Amino acid sequence: MIALSPAAPPGVLTSEGLAADQCCFPTPAQYFALVASFRDDDFEMCVDVCGVDYLEYFDRWVPDGVVRTRFEVVVNLLSLSKKQRVRVRVQAGDDAPEVDSLFTLYPGTEAMEREAFDLLGILFTNHPDLTRILMPEEWEGHPLRKDYGAGRVPVQFKESPGPR
Amino acid sequence: MSEPNVRTAERIELLTADTSEGAQELQRRETTNVNELGREVGAVLRLDGLTLDPTSVDFERRDDETMIINMGPSHPSTHGVLRLMLELDGEFVLRTKPVIGYLHTGMEKTGEELSYVQGATNVTRMDYLSPVINELCFSMTVEKLLDIEVPARAVWIRMLMSELNRISSHLVWMATNGMDLGASSMMIYGLRERELILAFFEKTAGLRLNLNYVRPGGVAADLPDGWQDDVLVICDTIYARTFEYDELLTGQPIFRNRMIGVAPLTAEEALALGVTGPLLRSTGVAWDLRRAMPYLAYDQVDFDVIVGTYGDNFDRYAIRLNEIRESIRIVRQCVEKMPGGDYRSQDPKVTPPPRARIGESMEALIHHFKLFTEGFRVPPGEVYLAVESPRGEIGCYLVADGGAKPYRLHVRGPSFVNLQAVSLLMRGGSMSDTITVISTIDPVMGEVDR
Repeated sequence: MIALSPAAPPGVLTSEGLAADQCCFPTPAQYFALVASFRDDDFEMCVDVCGVDYLEYFDRWVPDGVVRTRFEVVVNLLSLSKKQRVRVRVQAGDDAPEVDSLFTLYPGTEAMEREAFDLLGILFTNHPDLTRILMPEEWEGHPLRKDYGAGRVPVQFKESPGPR
Repeated sequence: MSEPNVRTAERIELLTADTSEGAQELQRRETTNVNELGREVGAVLRLDGLTLDPTSVDFERRDDETMIINMGPSHPSTHGVLRLMLELDGEFVLRTKPVIGYLHTGMEKTGEELSYVQGATNVTRMDYLSPVINELCFSMTVEKLLDIEVPARAVWIRMLMSELNRISSHLVWMATNGMDLGASSMMIYGLRERELILAFFEKTAGLRLNLNYVRPGGVAADLPDGWQDDVLVICDTIYARTFEYDELLTGQPIFRNRMIGVAPLTAEEALALGVTGPLLRSTGVAWDLRRAMPYLAYDQVDFDVIVGTYGDNFDRYAIRLNEIRESIRIVRQCVEKMPGGDYRSQDPKVTPPPRARIGESMEALIHHFKLFTEGFRVPPGEVYLAVESPRGEIGCYLVADGGAKPYRLHVRGPSFVNLQAVSLLMRGGSMSDTITVISTIDPVMGEVDR
């Protein structure tokens, strides 16, 4: 079972009273508005967006009232003026994970969201250009998913030369 | 959006339709939607706050007036395998789109298959110009999950090595930047000075690049005998030579003309794009994690955060040159203040028994064997931790499930994020400025693609 930073305030939906580097767990519907409120609250920079596939840990620790889903989108925000970080973990969904794109709030999330889409198959609504970024266009599947068969494509090595 | 070949998230089936780079490439204007067009011309942050202003997209231009060309992925000035697609009107750049992924080797996936002991070898290969800082970031993240203290000497050794690494990384940057601008003698000088540092790395860690020196719990080996003399010689030599670079480049008219006022960036743009490191500092924002959120022992050394004013190419150059001098200051203080004691934690959970014990004790042998085959278990949790690399904030997001391998290892590469500023910086510039812009952004493709 995955436990989590114990300081995480359960279901915190405003930025009030958050200590450094704490988590909040909005629903996908609350997510965009929450990040927007953080941005208005001097979190000038969105340093990181990534996805996590919790396929094997549906029993991980989350605050009461939060519905666990397979995919999580983790957003790290940074306030330069307050020297503070905050982490937003949104439960993105099971089969077709989808959350709002932060592009209009932080244009710098464009490439990071594309990466999360490419490697984990998380869709971002209203993203300007949601295409693969690291994998080739014809690639099938999303490699960082836990049910993606790493090594399922057999690699043909040349035989060693026989005895002379 | 009626164009049948445009693939979007709504039509996933088309994403795998054919075998070209397809939608990742720069498309013709008629097949590009307003938002994407806006991003490609760098219109992400005009007028009120950060909303996209469609009027700043030049709609007058038709596809038959402009030309889309490819630069890279194997262009010598793209520092690896960066591919840029440029839309040109004559010699001026209208739109730019970086196409990346040519060096993607799935290192985050690999990281899930390697134990925490092996993990440092993996992350050190991401940003191959600053391996020590990558390892440092990974190791500190693991240590935070393990909740172990690192001895003071290990902290100072880590700081010494990271600063030497920062110097060597900036020297490579000075060298390649000189080369990109035609000052090929700078290439030779930059690599010559870096060689001094690499030789010291080899003496200390056994390897010149990808050291695997900083590990969870401390560092791999103590500093070699007489290291103070080596380090001071490096400091004196490079410090004196930074003034030779001044003579060679800073005051040189050709160099200045190509750098000053080219591709300026404002602080608002940099913050909105998530740009960090010298790029952010060149816009006047004094944000350096070593000063703002001190880690290691950076709060006990004296150094200045170098800040620019205009955010142009020249500011970025001047910041890196002066950061070399500041790093030398820190290295000198490390030599002065280096404490004695252990160079790695004595916690048997993460540290193998000393070599001498293995020969005489069966338990020590088993302990050593278990540690390097099975690794150690890390308590469950998730942590994001960031340090200042020569290119900006390198962060490591680690999810541990209680086993000996990370459940998810994500590295926030500064080059990956900084590269997004390309479209903005190039807009309206001439084709030849493209080279200087890529150069001063200083992307390391190993880290961009991971």
